[in-house]
Parts: sequence; structure tokens; C-alpha cells
Amino acid sequence: MHRFANPTRFMRLSAALLPWTAGAALALIAAGLYLGLFGSPADYQQGESVRIMYVHVPSAWMAMFCYTFMAGASAVGLIWKHPLADLAAKATAPVGACFTLLALITGSLWGKPMWGTWWEWDARMTSVLVLFFLYLGYIALINAFDDPTRGLKAAAILALVGFANVPIIKFSVDWWNTLHQPASVFKAGGPSIDPSMLAPLLLMGVGFTVYFLWVLMLRLRTEIVAAKVRALRLRQVRSGAPATPSGATPLGAKG
Amino acid sequence: MENLSQLLEMGGYARFVWPSFGLTLAVLVGLLVVSRRALKGAEAELAALQSAIPGRLQPADTADEA
Repeated sequence: MHRFANPTRFMRLSAALLPWTAGAALALIAAGLYLGLFGSPADYQQGESVRIMYVHVPSAWMAMFCYTFMAGASAVGLIWKHPLADLAAKATAPVGACFTLLALITGSLWGKPMWGTWWEWDARMTSVLVLFFLYLGYIALINAFDDPTRGLKAAAILALVGFANVPIIKFSVDWWNTLHQPASVFKAGGPSIDPSMLAPLLLMGVGFTVYFLWVLMLRLRTEIVAAKVRALRLRQVRSGAPATPSGATPLGAKG
Repeated sequence: MENLSQLLEMGGYARFVWPSFGLTLAVLVGLLVVSRRALKGAEAELAALQSAIPGRLQPADTADEA
């Protein structure tokens, strides 16, 4: 792990991996969409509305996966002070928030025709809504400090405390009598879903995961470049050179 | 063409299925575009700063001490 926590090495590795992750994400999601829309049957109870599953379920998986990753990276950042861990957690938060929002809205769009309601305050939906607010709180906390290091540290603690919510989401459908159905893929005894539906679901799930890696690398590169920019500006100020406005070349610098 | 209209109708669930897929794609593409734009912006800023401070790019710290 230490090898990849080196920003220079990460920049080189991610530059090489970016085109591959981009291509793989697009191919996997395209295949998943094709199978989900054309290559899989309608459900005998739910009819065509079951196709919402192919975007809803992978989004919900990613909502929890991203949070777990963010909490793990925050822990590594707090304990071992890896230079990239905190930045990786910060780069993950908006991606996780987007997936959580998608899980909530597509769930609502699925719930209306199937359950007759857009929303119900049951344990699964409420705990996912809490997850969404945890992401927003994390992002807000990072930006609440002038000193980026302090913001990252405070947000990392929030991410770790909030991690208690992840098992609650996962097991909410077993612990409480929820309107939401229990797990049918990741459960003891194997998936209880037909292969023709499982294939597009897994393709979308893997596609979303690779998409996450793609966006994570882009955002992490942005954080590293932004940190370099901050360091250069600081040096500029210390050396007494005139501060340059954002993105501008100072007068006479090229002459 | 019949297949296409059948697909678009989604067995009467079109107004739930298509917004789900559309919104998912819109959010994922949007996040990607925003993230890429931020990276390009940061890279441009860094390049501008580096060209503004010639000779202070790599071992700047040791150069300062010397």
C-alpha cells in the first residue's frame, strides 16, 4: 500500500490506467444497459418496471461501497498519515453522494408503481437518506476550515463515526420489517435471481465500480495538482514575488 | 418498429423506467464532466505558475538553501 501512497508514483500509475478504466467502464455499462433493456425478461410480478433494478441496485451498492472506501481511507489517513489517503477520501465523497442520490430517486421511481408510494419512512430508506446526509456533512466539513489539513482531519472523524450506518443499511431489511425487499444477490446460499437478470445486474455493478475508479483517479489527480498549486503560491508569497491571480501569468515573467 | 414502440412503452411503466435510466446516465456523465473540467483547470493553473517561476520547479527546496 505504501508504494501507491506516493503522489508521484500515483500520478504515473493513474496516467497509465486512466484510458483503460475509461474504456472498461464504458464497455461494461453499455453491455449492462443492452442486456438490461433488451436481453433480459420482464418480471412475472413487476412487469417491465423491474428494469429499474439495473440502475437502482448498482447505485445502492456503490453508495455503500464508496462510503466504506471513504471511511477506510479516512482511517488510514488518521492513523498512518498517508499523503494520499485523506485526499482519496475527499475525492470519493461527491461520487458516493451522487450514487446515493441516484439510489434514492430511482428507488422512489420504482416504489411508486410497485408499492404505491414514492417514499416510506422504513428502515432501509431512512438509513440510506442518512447516508446521503453523511456524505453532504463530510463535504461541508472539509470546506468549513481554512486550513485544508484540519478540514480533512475533522471530516475523517465524521466519516468513521458515520460508518456505523453502513451495516445498518445492509441489514435493515433483515432486522426490521421493511417495505423494501431483502437482499437477493449478496446473501447466504447464493443469489436467488435468474441468471438472465443477474448478468446485466452484475455487469452494471462492475461497470459502476470501474466508473468510480475512473472518476476517483481524475479527482485525486486534481487534488494533487491543486496541492502543488497551493505550495507554489505559498513559496511565491514567501519569496516576496507578487502574487498572481488564479490561472494568470504574472507580468514580465516570460520576458 | 413495433418492437421499438413496445420498448418505449415499457409495459405501461415508461414514465418510471425511462426517467430512472435517464437520470442515472445524466448524473454519471455530469459528474465525469465536472471532474475532468476541474482537473484540466488545476493543470492549467499549475502550468501557468510553473512557467511564471522559472528554475523553481524541481529541487527548489535545496536550491533555496544553497
